Amino acid sequence: MKTRYMNLLTGLFAGVLLLLGPSAAATDEAADAMINQLTTEVLAQIKADKSLRNGELARIVALVDERIMPHVNFRRMTASAVGPGWRRASPEQQKRLQDEFKILLVRTYAGALSQVSDQTTVAMKPMRAAADDREVVVRSEIKTGHGDPVQLDYRLEKTPGEGRGWRIYNLNVMGVWLVETYRSQFAQEINAKGIDGLIGTLVERNKANEKKG
Amino acid sequence: MSLAAYLGRWLTLALSLALGACATGPMANPADPLEPLNRAIYSFNDTVDRAVLKPVATVYRDATPSLVRRGVGNFFGNLEDVWSFVNNVLQFKGEAAASSFMRVSVNTVFGFAGLLDVASEMRIERFTEDFGQTLGHWGVSPGPYLVLPLLGPSNLRDTAALPVDWRGDAVLYVKEEPVRYSLIGLRVVDQRAELLRAGTILDQVALDKYSFIRDAYLQRRRNLVYDGNPPEEDWQEEAAPR
Repeated sequence: MKTRYMNLLTGLFAGVLLLLGPSAAATDEAADAMINQLTTEVLAQIKADKSLRNGELARIVALVDERIMPHVNFRRMTASAVGPGWRRASPEQQKRLQDEFKILLVRTYAGALSQVSDQTTVAMKPMRAAADDREVVVRSEIKTGHGDPVQLDYRLEKTPGEGRGWRIYNLNVMGVWLVETYRSQFAQEINAKGIDGLIGTLVERNKANEKKG
Repeated sequence: MSLAAYLGRWLTLALSLALGACATGPMANPADPLEPLNRAIYSFNDTVDRAVLKPVATVYRDATPSLVRRGVGNFFGNLEDVWSFVNNVLQFKGEAAASSFMRVSVNTVFGFAGLLDVASEMRIERFTEDFGQTLGHWGVSPGPYLVLPLLGPSNLRDTAALPVDWRGDAVLYVKEEPVRYSLIGLRVVDQRAELLRAGTILDQVALDKYSFIRDAYLQRRRNLVYDGNPPEEDWQEEAAPR
C-alpha cells in the first residue's frame, strides 16, 4: 500500500515537472543555447541566400535588423565604446552615434559574409557560468573547412525582468574585442573635436565607404 | 646572427631617442608610452608598404593560381609548426606538442615537404606558438607597445624574443644564399598577400588606423598567450579618464 502511494506521488510529481518543463526552459534559456540557435539559424539563412553572400547591403541590413538586433544591446555597446563622453552627449547625439556606429559595423562584417561556404559550421565551446550570473561570456568557433578556425566570443547580459532573455553587448573576433578596439579611437576624436566631431567623422567615413561600394 | 645584432643596436638607439619624446598628457595610452616614436615608424612602414610590398603582393595574388598560393602558405606553415612544437614543449603543453609533432611528420612525409596540409584534412589541430608566447606563458609581461621598422607591431617582450624565433626558423638555415633570400622574400610576399583583404576592411572601419592596429594587436597577443581564454580585465574601469 505504501509503495503504491509512493508511486502515485512520484507519478504526479513527474507530471507536474513535465507541465512546468517547457515554460521553465523558455523563461530561463541558457545564454550559450541562445547563441547556438541564433548563429545556426543566421548561418543557414546566409548559406541559402546568394545575395547576402554577395554583400548586397540592403538585404544584409534587413537581416541584421530583423534577426540580430533584437538580441543586441546596441546602446550599451555604443556607450562603452564612446566611454566617459557618452554621459555628456544629448539623447539626440546618443541616437546618432548608435545609428552611424551600426552602419560602420554592418558594412565591415558584410564583406566577411562572402567567405561563408557550405563547409562553414559553428561549434560552441563549454561555458563556465553560475545559474544566477547576470553577465556571461559565450565562446564559439567558426570552422571554414580549411585554415585555422576563427574564434568568436560574445559577452551577454541578462535583460532585467523574467523571461526576457539575453542580449549581446560585446563581440570578440580572434581574441580582439570590438568595443575595446574602438574605445581609444573614439576618445581621440572626442578630445579633439567633441561629440559632434565624432559623429561627423563617422558620417564622413560611412559616406566614403558607400562610394567605394 | 648579424641582423639581430644590427637590430639590437637600432633598438637601443631608438629607445634612447624615445625617452626624450615620451607621450604625455591625458590622452597617453599607458600601454603605449612611446606613441610619438611608434607613430613615426608606423608611417614609415606604411609608406614602404604602399610603395613596394602591397603592389608586389597584389601582383603575386593576381598572377598565381590559388592552388599554388595555398601550397606556398602550407609550406611555410609547416616550418612554423616545427617551431610551434618546440615552444609547446617549452610551455609543457603535452597535447599541443604531440599534435604539432604529428602535423609536421604527416605534412612533411605525406604532404610533399609541407606543400599539402594533409594534417588539417585529418583534423589534427594546429597550436601555433612562438617564443614571445612562451615568455608570456611563464609570466613575462608584454611591456610597452613597439612598432618595429619593416616588421610592424610588436611589444618589448616579443621583440626580445625575436632573435630566438629566428634561431628556430628553418629558412634561415638554408646554406645557399640565393635560395635563402628567395625563400625569405617569398614568405614576406605570401604573408602580405594573405592580408590584402584585411587591409581593405581596415581602411573602411578604422577611424585611426594606428590606434586600431595597436589596440587589436595588444589584445590579440594577450589572447594568444592565454590560448584564447584570457582572464577578464576590469575593462569598465579602464573607460574612466586617467
